Amino acid sequence: MGEKLLMKGNEVIAEAALRAGCRYYFGYPITPQTEIAHYMAKMMPKVNGTFIQAESEVAAINMVYGAASAGARVMTSSSSPGISLKQEGISYASCAELPAVIVNIVRCGPGLGGILPSQGDYFQAVKGGGHGDYKLVVLAPYSVQELYELTVEAFNIADRYRVLAMIMGDGTLGQMMEAVEFRDKEETPDFKKDWALTGTGMNREHNVVTSIYIKPEELEAHNIKLQKKYEQIALNETRVEVYNCDDADIIVAAYGSVARIVKNVIKMAQKEGIKVGLIRPITLWPFPSKAFEKYAQVPKAFLTVELSAGQMVEDVRLAVNGKNNVHFYGRMGGMLPTQKEILDRIKQILK
Amino acid sequence: MAVVFKRPHALKDVSLPYCPGCSHGIIHRLVAEVIDELGVEGEAIGVSSVGCTYNNYLFFNCDMAQAAHGRAPAVATGIKRVHPDHVVFTYQGDGDLAAIGTAEIVHAAARGEKITTIFVNNAIYGMTSGQMAPTTLLGQVTQTTPYGRKPELHGYPIKVCEMLSTLEGAAFVERVSVHDIKNIMNAKKAIKKAFQTQLDKKGFSIVEVLSTCPTNWGLEPVEAIQWLQENMLPAYPLGNFKDKDMEV
Amino acid sequence: MAKVIFYEERCKGCRLCTTVCPKKIVEMDTDKLNLKGFHPAGVRDMDMCTGCAFCATICPDCAIEVER
Repeated sequence: MGEKLLMKGNEVIAEAALRAGCRYYFGYPITPQTEIAHYMAKMMPKVNGTFIQAESEVAAINMVYGAASAGARVMTSSSSPGISLKQEGISYASCAELPAVIVNIVRCGPGLGGILPSQGDYFQAVKGGGHGDYKLVVLAPYSVQELYELTVEAFNIADRYRVLAMIMGDGTLGQMMEAVEFRDKEETPDFKKDWALTGTGMNREHNVVTSIYIKPEELEAHNIKLQKKYEQIALNETRVEVYNCDDADIIVAAYGSVARIVKNVIKMAQKEGIKVGLIRPITLWPFPSKAFEKYAQVPKAFLTVELSAGQMVEDVRLAVNGKNNVHFYGRMGGMLPTQKEILDRIKQILK
Repeated sequence: MAVVFKRPHALKDVSLPYCPGCSHGIIHRLVAEVIDELGVEGEAIGVSSVGCTYNNYLFFNCDMAQAAHGRAPAVATGIKRVHPDHVVFTYQGDGDLAAIGTAEIVHAAARGEKITTIFVNNAIYGMTSGQMAPTTLLGQVTQTTPYGRKPELHGYPIKVCEMLSTLEGAAFVERVSVHDIKNIMNAKKAIKKAFQTQLDKKGFSIVEVLSTCPTNWGLEPVEAIQWLQENMLPAYPLGNFKDKDMEV
Repeated sequence: MAKVIFYEERCKGCRLCTTVCPKKIVEMDTDKLNLKGFHPAGVRDMDMCTGCAFCATICPDCAIEVER
């Protein structure tokens, strides 16, 4: 590995994108992720890239649609309300099979909500906040180092499958500073984009990037093609951390910054003779169901901890499939659970 | 004998799906003729919008993208920034550009985005069968102004060229029509000038083309031409509103 | 001498071409229908055609080709 720096999460995302060869970024200011735009505004000119502050998140996602259809690596970022504005564009780009990276530094909602961290956008990201059957690959980092690693990986996944990849962090991750170690060089595979809009040069049939198939037979065939792609992605790109789960008394399911808190709870519980395991989805979609299936009957119970009213808990229950009890503990409004609160909930469940 | 008039190469040899007498067909041909004459079919990238011409990506021989309703100028911005030396154009109707897409067109112009917009104004929503558009005239009957457009209920028509010409980034803004031979020739000249403005990297260019919609106006094509002359020309004066070439 | 070729299957019977011909020789052929069910436009006395291409210019469907 190469350079080691102390950097803010948001800036690491932007730096990672640049290192991944992203030369086009379209954004719009919204707390708590605006530093990504600041960084891009400062750095893109240095690498002969393009930064545009769009007139809205709607315009930004459609600029992404354009740049991606032109064959470029492109990114946009926003936070919850802005990501809601992008849902239509996300559905269009998914249907048109355009590769791009979308960053959501989640803040508490609903509505204008607040500016503090949350995980309340889980359903929107993994079940599809826009119309129609489509999926985003949703990557959930839980450290500044992972913001770097997963952003670079997001670009590769996007190009590999012609799919949108979302980095889903939260206000904590975006705003905190941590050490990050960058590789000297990113090994970017050469993705052939002969489908892209580059001009026919009068030597090929024209390319078309579209998301409409007015004939039902064609649209169904296209949907089947998308679903097959998602099956492939689920097979190859599912990422999960299984930590301390063998013969665990209880297994906690948590992702992102909450998983960091849970790892401390595990240490605290250990001192009290309680063995707590953690299953941390790193891809929220594809959801790591197999990890839950494997451990379904190991613990006395499961506990899902989220910064929301309970969203991922439903997928955990689906994966555990009735073989065990899945409890939930959540905080909302930007409140973070303390280690003690989680440990108390664990003790209550195990009583 | 030499061929003096035939289908331009940039326009695919397919039957267009538009209603009999609809001006879209003429405008498609003019855009394709200009692309041929400027010799840019190999680099041109067009962006279809949403409306009657939602799938006109099927009719141009250059690379094409289809954009969500109102968002073509943003999609075109993304494309142009990736390919700054390619000719990038959007083809939009009055609902797409002046209703849902107002922010996108205004900011593309304000940014001086070096793209060309072909804006077809037929004072109605065609594809969805005749609703009021931002350019529907006062008193005009549509599916959503069944008793005629009234200002106190439906506001006033938007004059897009006049509005956009106030923006520094707009380098070429002209309103034309295709209701007769002289105006069709003039429209082609304006479209060519708009594309040239883009090639010369002067900034944003737009041509607003007054057009007929026989089906939703409930008129025969020849009568629709008449209606346009009597009603749309007074409301939407033809002419150039901005030409950075002319400014010293 | 000039000649006008009408791609009759492309014609939608909108009649616009009949309104612009300086020689008034373009008219709808009411004896036949094309596959779209329209009377296609055509020229009666081709020898009067000057090849001005007005009819082709106003045709929305590129249904007319002109030679001169």
